[in-house]
Amino acid sequence: MRTAVAQLLRRPMTLFGAIIVALFLLAAVFGPMIAPYPYDMLIRGAARLPPSADYLFGTDQIGRDVFSRVLWGARDIITLPLLTTALSVLFGTSIGLFIGYYGGWIDEIVSRILDALLAIPALALALVMLRAVGPSPFGIVAVIVVLYTPIVARVVRAAALSLRGSGYIEAAKLRGEAVRYILFREILPGVLPALVVEAALRFSYAIFLTASLGFLGFGVQPPSPDWGRMVNEARTAFSQVPWALWFPAGAIILLIVGVNLLSDGLRRVFRYEGQLL
Amino acid sequence: MITPVVQVEDFNLEYRLGKRWLNVLRDVSFAIMPDEIHGLVGESGSGKSTLALAIMNSFTPNARVAGGRVRFEGEDLLDRTPAEMRSIWGKRMSLVPQDALAALNPSHTVGDQIGEITRLHEGLSRRESLRRAEEMLRRVRISDPETVMRRYPHQLSGGMQQRVTIAMALSTSPRLLILDEPTTALDVTTQAVIVDLFRDLIHDTHAAALYVSHDLGLVAQLCDRVTVLYGGEVMACAPAADLYGRPLHPYTISLLASLPRRTEGAETRLPTIEGVAPALADRPAGCVFAARCPAALEQCRREKPPLEVIAGDRLIKCWRWREIASGALIIDTSPQQGAGDAPPRDGYVLTAQAMFKAFDPPTLVDRLLMTGRRPLRAVDDASLRVRARSTLGLVGESGSGKTTLARLIVGLETADAGALELLDMPLDLRLNRRPRSALRELQMVFQNPNDALNPYLSVGEQLGRAVRWLSDERLSRDTVRERVRALLSAVRLPETFAERYPVELSGGEKQRVAIARAFAADPALVVADEPTSALDVSVQSVILNLLKDLRALKGASYLLISHNLDAVAFLADWIVVMYLGEIVEQGSVAQVYSAPSHPYTEALISAIPVADPAAQRKHIRLEGELPSPRDLPTGCRFHTRCPRKIGAICEHDAPPIREAGDGHYIRCHIPIEDLTRLQVEDPAAHVSEAG
Amino acid sequence: MLRFLTRRLALLALTLFLTSILVFASTQILPGDVARLILGREAQDQALQDLREELGLNQPLPVQYTAWLTGFVSGDWGRAFTGGRPPIRPLVMERLGRSMQLALVTLILTVPLSVTLGVIAGLRENTWIDSVINILTLAVVGLPEFVTGLVLINVFALGLGWFPTGAALSSDAPLGEALRQMILPATAAGFVMMAYIVRMTRAGVIDEMKKTYVRTAILKGLSRRQVIVRHVLRNALLPTVTVIALSIGWLIGGLIVIENVFNYPGLGRLMTAAVEDKDIPLMQATVMVVVFFFALANLAADVVYALLNPRIRLE
Repeated sequence: MRTAVAQLLRRPMTLFGAIIVALFLLAAVFGPMIAPYPYDMLIRGAARLPPSADYLFGTDQIGRDVFSRVLWGARDIITLPLLTTALSVLFGTSIGLFIGYYGGWIDEIVSRILDALLAIPALALALVMLRAVGPSPFGIVAVIVVLYTPIVARVVRAAALSLRGSGYIEAAKLRGEAVRYILFREILPGVLPALVVEAALRFSYAIFLTASLGFLGFGVQPPSPDWGRMVNEARTAFSQVPWALWFPAGAIILLIVGVNLLSDGLRRVFRYEGQLL
Repeated sequence: MITPVVQVEDFNLEYRLGKRWLNVLRDVSFAIMPDEIHGLVGESGSGKSTLALAIMNSFTPNARVAGGRVRFEGEDLLDRTPAEMRSIWGKRMSLVPQDALAALNPSHTVGDQIGEITRLHEGLSRRESLRRAEEMLRRVRISDPETVMRRYPHQLSGGMQQRVTIAMALSTSPRLLILDEPTTALDVTTQAVIVDLFRDLIHDTHAAALYVSHDLGLVAQLCDRVTVLYGGEVMACAPAADLYGRPLHPYTISLLASLPRRTEGAETRLPTIEGVAPALADRPAGCVFAARCPAALEQCRREKPPLEVIAGDRLIKCWRWREIASGALIIDTSPQQGAGDAPPRDGYVLTAQAMFKAFDPPTLVDRLLMTGRRPLRAVDDASLRVRARSTLGLVGESGSGKTTLARLIVGLETADAGALELLDMPLDLRLNRRPRSALRELQMVFQNPNDALNPYLSVGEQLGRAVRWLSDERLSRDTVRERVRALLSAVRLPETFAERYPVELSGGEKQRVAIARAFAADPALVVADEPTSALDVSVQSVILNLLKDLRALKGASYLLISHNLDAVAFLADWIVVMYLGEIVEQGSVAQVYSAPSHPYTEALISAIPVADPAAQRKHIRLEGELPSPRDLPTGCRFHTRCPRKIGAICEHDAPPIREAGDGHYIRCHIPIEDLTRLQVEDPAAHVSEAG
Repeated sequence: MLRFLTRRLALLALTLFLTSILVFASTQILPGDVARLILGREAQDQALQDLREELGLNQPLPVQYTAWLTGFVSGDWGRAFTGGRPPIRPLVMERLGRSMQLALVTLILTVPLSVTLGVIAGLRENTWIDSVINILTLAVVGLPEFVTGLVLINVFALGLGWFPTGAALSSDAPLGEALRQMILPATAAGFVMMAYIVRMTRAGVIDEMKKTYVRTAILKGLSRRQVIVRHVLRNALLPTVTVIALSIGWLIGGLIVIENVFNYPGLGRLMTAAVEDKDIPLMQATVMVVVFFFALANLAADVVYALLNPRIRLE
């Protein structure tokens, strides 16, 4: 694992991606402290100001500081996808290990259900489900976890299945080891490389989906500064305040490119291409 | 003077590893003459396949030539570009690859792939090329070439796939054939047929051939001259009769001596070559074999011996060959005496009664579609008993059900029917219903050492886990450590190995750790599934000796599964032979090896290649394909391939089990006396497929 | 092959069944009284009651589900709740047609180009051209369509004025005009897909080039071109078929966003509108149609894959 990290950081593009992601993580943690203004503060007489020393990213249509809003917004766009990734990896790994190890009809049934779930376009289902549970941070996390767990489960299942017949797993069975021990001590370490790559991919897509939902108005509700929503709002007033669109859009681009560079590095170091979707 | 087809002179090849260039082949020289089948033997890592491809001027991207020449019919090949090679590849020299299925394109038909080569080099039209392909298939003795032409590679059996690759290689009548372990993936009986085919075809076409193999026996049976490669260097090169009859190199001598064979007496151990072959990254400055050589001197370790030409047609690379040739130095290859062995005891450790297992039953879909798919009957009504402190060898080819039967016994698969008894106590067929006391007594050693150990846990952790888990009381950390140390020393590994991870071990070392793990709780029965088949020849004997020693030391019994009757015969007291899920013969080693025996056993023994070009053996070949276990033949399951089939009765009636002696049973329609007479009367007769 | 097809059809049915349950369940836990939603705040109790009766809202949920599903399967999709309660089926079908046009343009624009790029990158592994393609695809893979869409609008529509900003075309617009309007949204929708197809094709080609049969082909004396065209591509592009089908799923998700960005009157816009207005039957219908087409694309890909792959075709 240590050598894997060293290999990763030796690749310039990966290092670049890692630095970008680290900066955004810092923004998510400390952003609200650095932000010069509260995200919802209407600054009197400062509407539609272009970027300047006072307002780094300018101000929007109704006089809020875009820089502050982007900083505040970093928190949701990073923590929600992180949480979704963590939860889908947790559930997906458990399901995947279990069915991959047992095989047989349990695997057959669960796998078919996972296949079916995977054949549903994510965004369409997310919209309907979010409408049902309400567009709250909890709702977004819940919906994306439901959508991504099957993907992770399928990856882990495939990896577990390939290890199931190994001598050391069979030796453990012959000793009468508990299933829990076999799954988590004997199989899990072998699945880890695939899992790390998959987690990075899922993180990237969770950001994508969260931002898209925000843009469509199903993200974190106003006046919270959601990057997707900010882009959508700025769209109507683009000719007057183009910077209110460019900065949050740029932040999304930069974050996703950073995560992608990082996950591409992981993919190459662990020699695992990852799943589509 | 005749020009050699291939002449390799002082050839050096390097691979790049990180920033370093490592020597893969050093100062290799030898020649292949017209009409000659030249054997190239070596263990894994010796560079034999690399050398074979180098002769074709084909290299991996990380390789570079670091000196020397390769001449093909007098022309220097190494300075030719791949584009220039295109008129030679496939036309004047062809490759028969190791893994035929992988070497054929999965999405083109067999006919197209064979035809492609004559279309390219002889400018034949599509139709002509296909006709030629069909003719070639007939020449490799495929009985219905019209059908096979239209098949895709995956639809053919392993033996048929290999015939296709040889048909492809021969269709332009090349001057040189390179055969890279072409039968390694095949069963012995199929291998015997294919090797006969190679011999005939190569001699018919007057091509020269380089036959690469790790199997000393096979090379002895097929080749005129043999080159022995070790650690990237030529150790010896000689006519086959000399190399096997009067070996001069300590490596060749020890290697030949270490081949497993039948031994009388349980105390004997095989002579072994200690240690492991040097890794690519740390090959010694002196003789590459010095570290493992029983006759190595200080000079050998310091200085590389030259490759000398002796007696006009032999090459040898050893400082001491003169002493060996004159008889002044004798490499000790007398069988070692083991730790003694307690004779088998009365009573049985394990009894398996009427075991039955079918895989892959028809699914709902099959029933709805009425596909007529039948379950695969892997093990059918098989019974066996293992005596206390003895070894039962379970022999058969792939698809015989031997591995499945073993897995039913240890519980990795659950039998559909049958009964098991371990140490006179009933043993549940399901693994998860067996108490710890039973689990402890029944352990297994697996075939592939590379996945036998968890790559993420140290050797000590894995052995410790087995020791602790299988013990009834809670063991202190010190006790566990002590027992792990004892286990490592029992398999002759230094105790520092406890700290190592599997990736740091060689194949043989991994297998020793796996054996140690099986012995963690002093089991009564250890099931060993092909424990040496994935290992190099020089390491196999070490493992076989170790198993024999452990049996003496720990008083365990073995159920030893193998496709190699000779390896089984070294260790086993009794042998069970399986064919298509059924036991066809069982008896003591002596009984099974001598007449009368089941016609299948007879063919199996005859197919084993002996490492002696002068050996006289019965020549029995099984033609035809192994039937699918989904669609078993009626009557006797062996009748479709049996060279001694007596008539319609074999096709219609299941054969009786006849007793041929004390504890010796044969499942055959032929009465015992007739069987004995047939098999004794004409021992060297050429018996081919009946009908 | 027959076994394979049967299994795939069964999977398709299972997918649709699961989706219908998910969709139905989601729409049932929506807050608010549906009858009041339709009739408005001032509606009489009696009118509300009648409407509930008409819509079957008083029935137990399983009965409602069965009624809805049978209705849906038999083609009776009901009327929308909002926008003057138009019958759903013609509405959805008309919008579906629009979305398919856009999807088709996107596929034509992206697939050939990205497969070519992927093959080039794979054959030239670890050269500068591979790196350039890799960095470019990395930069756009996973960028939300609304971002790429807006960038395209700003550059090519507002900035250069080459294309219109919106695509609210009338149904009788001439073909040339329609295409001109679809170029930008199709490009935006295609970016993500393109990056994916390139990456997967490249991986497939690299994998295939390492196979032993490629060495066999080279040592037959075939030229590099013959080796690649006759032997490698045929096998390397097989997985790409699946990748393209899966990308169609992406495309459908992408279109939901794209149609909103460009005001394109397709199924995606209809769906978001239905979700915003809590128009339950319309939501159900649009989602089901989207899922059906996605599943159909997957099925088609599997069948094509099986037909091209003798190992499955001749099972």
